[in-house]
Amino acid sequence: MARYQPSGLPESNPTRAEGLLADLHLDLPLLTGLILLCGFGLLVLYSASGQDMTVIERQVIRLGIAFAVMVVVAQVPPATLRRWAPWLFAAGILMLIAVLVAGQVGKGAQRWLNLGLFRFQPSELVKLAVPMMIAWFLAEKSLPPRWSRLVIAGLMILVPVLLIARQPDLGTSLLVASAGIFVLFLAGLSWRFIGGMTVTAIPVSWVLWEWGMRDYQRNRVLTFLNPERDPLGTGYHIIQSKIAIGSGGLFGKGWLNGTQSYLEFLPEGTTDFIFAVLSEEFGFTGILLLLALYLAIILRGLYIAAQAQDTFSRLLAGAVTMVFFVYLFVNTGMVSGILPVVGVPLPLVSYGGTSLVTIMAGFGILMSIHTHRKLLPT
Amino acid sequence: MYPNTLKDYLRESRLFRARAGTAALIILLLLLLLILHLAKLQITDHAHFTTLSRDNRVKVEPLPPTRGLIYDRNGVILAQNLPTHSLEITPERVKDLDRTLQELGQIIDISDNDRKRFARLKSHQRRFESIPIRVQLSDAEVARFAVNRHRFPGVDIQAKLLRDYPLKDVTAHILGYVGRINKRELQSIDTSSYSGTTHIGKNGIEKYYEAELHGKVGLQQVEINALGRVIRILESEPPAPGMDLHLTLDASLQRVAMEAFAAENGAAVAIDPRTGDILAMVSKPGFDPNLFVEGISSADYDALQNSDDMPLFNRAIRGQYPPGSTIKPFIGLGGLEMGVITTNQKKYCPGYFQLPNLSHKYRDWKKAGHGSVDLDKAITQSCDVYFYDLAQQMGIDQLSEYLAPFGFGKKTGVDITGELGGLLPSREWKRATRNQSWYPGETLITGIGQGYFLTTPLQLASATATLASRGARVRPRIVRSIRRNGEPDPQEQPVSQQLQIARHSDANWDSIVEAMLQVTEGARGTARLVRNEHYRIAGKTGTAQVFTVKQEEKYEEEKLEKKMLDHALFIAFAPAEAPSIAVAVIVENGGHGGSVAAPIAKAIMDHQLLKESR
Repeated sequence: MARYQPSGLPESNPTRAEGLLADLHLDLPLLTGLILLCGFGLLVLYSASGQDMTVIERQVIRLGIAFAVMVVVAQVPPATLRRWAPWLFAAGILMLIAVLVAGQVGKGAQRWLNLGLFRFQPSELVKLAVPMMIAWFLAEKSLPPRWSRLVIAGLMILVPVLLIARQPDLGTSLLVASAGIFVLFLAGLSWRFIGGMTVTAIPVSWVLWEWGMRDYQRNRVLTFLNPERDPLGTGYHIIQSKIAIGSGGLFGKGWLNGTQSYLEFLPEGTTDFIFAVLSEEFGFTGILLLLALYLAIILRGLYIAAQAQDTFSRLLAGAVTMVFFVYLFVNTGMVSGILPVVGVPLPLVSYGGTSLVTIMAGFGILMSIHTHRKLLPT
Repeated sequence: MYPNTLKDYLRESRLFRARAGTAALIILLLLLLLILHLAKLQITDHAHFTTLSRDNRVKVEPLPPTRGLIYDRNGVILAQNLPTHSLEITPERVKDLDRTLQELGQIIDISDNDRKRFARLKSHQRRFESIPIRVQLSDAEVARFAVNRHRFPGVDIQAKLLRDYPLKDVTAHILGYVGRINKRELQSIDTSSYSGTTHIGKNGIEKYYEAELHGKVGLQQVEINALGRVIRILESEPPAPGMDLHLTLDASLQRVAMEAFAAENGAAVAIDPRTGDILAMVSKPGFDPNLFVEGISSADYDALQNSDDMPLFNRAIRGQYPPGSTIKPFIGLGGLEMGVITTNQKKYCPGYFQLPNLSHKYRDWKKAGHGSVDLDKAITQSCDVYFYDLAQQMGIDQLSEYLAPFGFGKKTGVDITGELGGLLPSREWKRATRNQSWYPGETLITGIGQGYFLTTPLQLASATATLASRGARVRPRIVRSIRRNGEPDPQEQPVSQQLQIARHSDANWDSIVEAMLQVTEGARGTARLVRNEHYRIAGKTGTAQVFTVKQEEKYEEEKLEKKMLDHALFIAFAPAEAPSIAVAVIVENGGHGGSVAAPIAKAIMDHQLLKESR
């Protein structure tokens, strides 16, 4: 409980290296965890891609960009982030509308906005803009929030979530919704309300099922409930993925020796289903190692949130960390067959660009929050 | 905007920490749940999933054996396997067949016929077996498909051996052909030994020797990917190729026989009387058996099937013709051996024969009659009246009793599928099949090889060979030796002597052979056209009536359509002193045996006998 006190400056005398990290506003434990995780990820990706060096090169470039974004974001003080929050949120909403009106279609969904120089997925921006906005909004007044503010905050979450669900992109809308809800939860949403929402969720999900979902989304849910329903269609992915994981055993088949992925039984082995490749080749031990890395990062994130000096920072840091966990849990859950297939990548390990940048920007925020702590104004 | 009081700040901080702690707890719980689930998959159910994983990637594939080759007696190849590439589709692995076909059509020429054949084969095919959509792809087409292969799951190039018959129509009826296994055949074969084999002998030698030619299937364990493509071979047990057959046939003689027919239809069979070896066996017209191998188009098949010339009909073993006058030497021999006549005994031929107390006149082909006729003259000039009389003296029972051992009325048992047995009339036969008693007049016309009497060209040749070898009857054979798997040299098939016809007196046989020599050498012999100074031919002409001339009506050749003309027959063996070839020739609607059929027999014997002296 000492952090907020006037004497609360960096804990110890920094060494030269720590000094450089401090100058760059980077957090060493978090950075170490991220680098280890990305390294492990590249190892798995090399195997999953069929030892394709061009895939590795591209992923390294993407990781480089993502780390650069993280470093840049880390330089932005939390106060500035907080000032930007409403503007980023407004911009995000406008771009989501623009995507629906004039977006580019890819893989059957409208997600991309062509900005001339590069294509941009506004939903990625919204993943960060929503928790920032809610945190900004709730930090205005003392916590826990009152009902009226909760309703407004709820609407602020609902609008982007519905816009993204319209694209349709179930995975992202789920992540955005959870980001917003986590802010509410961390802000002290009453347990009674949480209970009430859970009860309400049942009729709402029925409405969603009837009118809010596309056929393929419904199929995914049905297949999740019973993969053998369609063993050659959608259920095929889950069955093959479970075979990959299960046949990995305690120590795995060995790096580069996964038959399921090499023989192309695993769909999307480099992207959404890379966890299955890892499980097949490195076994249960490999999974424990991976989860330990994730857990270290998450716990560090929660620690940073707890150490943060103001409500906005705390809520944002906590929500960003928890969203990171949602990525992990939803992805591993769907690949191992306890959650429906919703197209969420394994964070920092799956091959592919956009979410990588968003996630690392999130860690940039965490680092900024942790390294910009200072004397509180009175 | 920051909390304005320390108390508020502390309260909010405490609240947040409580919530963050709760979040950490929930995260840990969920992770634990995940780990437990993964532990169940990876540790508890590991064996189950390992099995599934192995089943996924390992497939046992049959390795079809290479079909045995077929050679003629001189080592000329008659049936071979040519490597070709075909484009094949496994319908069960293709999602949208119509689209796939359409897109395939953009890179490889697919004709309407190809599509029709594909549809036909698809309708009666084993499941998960690939069906050719195009056969005999060019190298360029193979390359073009290879580049686009990823676009077509379930479609692949198959390198395989295609059965080929280089002599085409010349050997079509003997060899038969292979074709794709159909549903009916599936029920009669051992499916496991035919797994991977797509073709089976449909006819002729290919069918008769199917077991030898097919070989033994091999197996290989392969690793496959999700698209069903083979990645590598894990284990394999190689197939044993089928046995090679060496025929008794002489391909060059066969070709000579075929060409000797020119535009005529009919059949010719040449047998070595000493061994039963079939040296040539022709059925005209022939057809190209290669058309059938990958599925004949229905237009081609209809054309063959509906042709008046019946090219698919193997006349040599399935064509049943009245033997006509070619039967006379056998009946003459029977008369002598059974003591009914002697060589010197003469009969008077007024040009017709009448049974006692009946007005019906049985005509001789020579209206004016032959006058006084002994056996030699009766055979040389083919006097019908002499044989009406002889037949009447012998009676139907003695007639059929004497002719049966020559093989008339029974299949020769040749090793080619589809042989028919002809018909040797007898009292018992008529009662059994028609429930009628035998009439004396029917005996008369049996005596000149007409009426119910039917023989196949092969039977006639075999009977002639038996005559040539003085009663030693040998079953005709087409396969001389078989090279079994693992053996360097072919193994000779045993010559099967079936029986020795009883010989009362060699002089009887000599006088029949002498009479048959007079047929080709005598001044009035019916086949004097084929007389030559190189070797002596013992022969007999014959004419088989296609329709009956009514009483008192005149037979006018010119007025008859070709179809209504008599069949011309000729049987012969040579050299007469030590026969090494016996021939039977039938020219459908050819007219007279001496002028049409005998030259064909001579062309065959020339090639066979003069080749040896050359």
